[in-house]
Amino acid sequence: MIYLDNAATTLHKPPAVIEAVVEAMRSHANPGRGTNEGAMSAARTTHRAREKTAKLFGCPEVERVVFTSNSTEALNIAIQGLLKAGDHVISTDLEHNSVLRPLYLMERERGVALSFVRADGAGRIACKDFESLIRPETRAIVCTHASNLTGDAIDIRTVGNLARRHGLLFILDASQSAGCLPIDMEEDSIDVVCFTGHKGLMAPQGTGGLCIGEHVDIRPLKVGGSGIRSFSREQPEEYPVRLEAGTLNSHGIAGLLAAIDFVQDIGIDRIHEKENRLMRQFYEGVSVIDGVTVYGDLKAPARTAIVSLNIRDFDSGAVSDELSVSYGIATRPGAHCAPRLHEALGTVSQGAVRFSFGWFNTEEEVERAVEAVREIAT
Amino acid sequence: MREKTLKLILTFHTTTAAMAMESLCRDLSLPGRMIPVPREISAGCGMAWCAQPEDRDALCDAAGTAGIRISGVFEIML
Repeated sequence: MIYLDNAATTLHKPPAVIEAVVEAMRSHANPGRGTNEGAMSAARTTHRAREKTAKLFGCPEVERVVFTSNSTEALNIAIQGLLKAGDHVISTDLEHNSVLRPLYLMERERGVALSFVRADGAGRIACKDFESLIRPETRAIVCTHASNLTGDAIDIRTVGNLARRHGLLFILDASQSAGCLPIDMEEDSIDVVCFTGHKGLMAPQGTGGLCIGEHVDIRPLKVGGSGIRSFSREQPEEYPVRLEAGTLNSHGIAGLLAAIDFVQDIGIDRIHEKENRLMRQFYEGVSVIDGVTVYGDLKAPARTAIVSLNIRDFDSGAVSDELSVSYGIATRPGAHCAPRLHEALGTVSQGAVRFSFGWFNTEEEVERAVEAVREIAT
Repeated sequence: MREKTLKLILTFHTTTAAMAMESLCRDLSLPGRMIPVPREISAGCGMAWCAQPEDRDALCDAAGTAGIRISGVFEIML
């Protein structure tokens, strides 16, 4: 199989990640619950993973790295734990349902007002449009770093500076960009980074988290076991236990630690360069094929390695199925949980076929994918 | 693209039900395979069981006996 669905999850993981998870399953007990050898082994690994994660995203304090099961959980913690009745929030048409649905929930249940930076017919948004949506009651900008449908990235430093200037919280969904594009909370003026492990970072599913800036107080989404202050009726105030009720996935976190080591050893710049080279090779091959429509701004310098397309008026699901059955190429059709961007692109009915490239893909695989698209379109 | 022929499509309310259907069909050697839900039926994410129209009764009966809830049964050109 040629796996080109890395934006959903990276199938091929570094061997060191797999070995780290196996070793953790042999040696880890419950992190933060006692001091027996197994518990300490798990606690030490978890702490090292916090240190590495803090360094990866420029988080000011290791204690403000909170682990979750994925970025959806992280985004729910940030959005539901920061917004209150009367707040106004700015987001964009690029968002995944992991941002949209928590925001819509806050609109419905807390009366939070929402505004969206609109995408044009090519799926592009203009950073300058954020400023025109700011109101006196605007509390936060919540947006993705890069679209999971087109791969187009926003200039987070410009948005972060705008948020800082106007005293707004900036909550970043880094689901598609962690491990692929540089993120620095201090330089980019980000208050909360929500990330997942299983995509660009090449870590196991069930890992992710949020990095929280100084002076940002998030109410817990869930409360329960913390390993400390057992006789208190309240969840402890201190990060990270404040937001980490229940046993952590230390086996997965061991894999996350190894994955961050792998990514940092190679360097995000090199990973971005290779993945984007494959993406551009594919784009240049398919964009000249009669009947192929590619979505997004492929000329943008900062983007993730995604090319979404349609062939004539073919159902994207049928094309993806044909690629799978006849060519052994794995892609993702349909709506990609990105309803607003499909509305902007005019692809609600057809969906789109998403090809997303990863570190372990090769030029030969890309060439075979181009040929497959050519054959289907002919 | 392969030439279109009339196919039987079974859809489900949940991915859990779809996976139960695949497991059931494997266990009972019933025909078909999982495909993305065709746009004629839904524009959203999802998977559907695709088989031949003549397999309708065998598949629906097996799902009913196993307690798997089918949300829709369609015959479309695919």
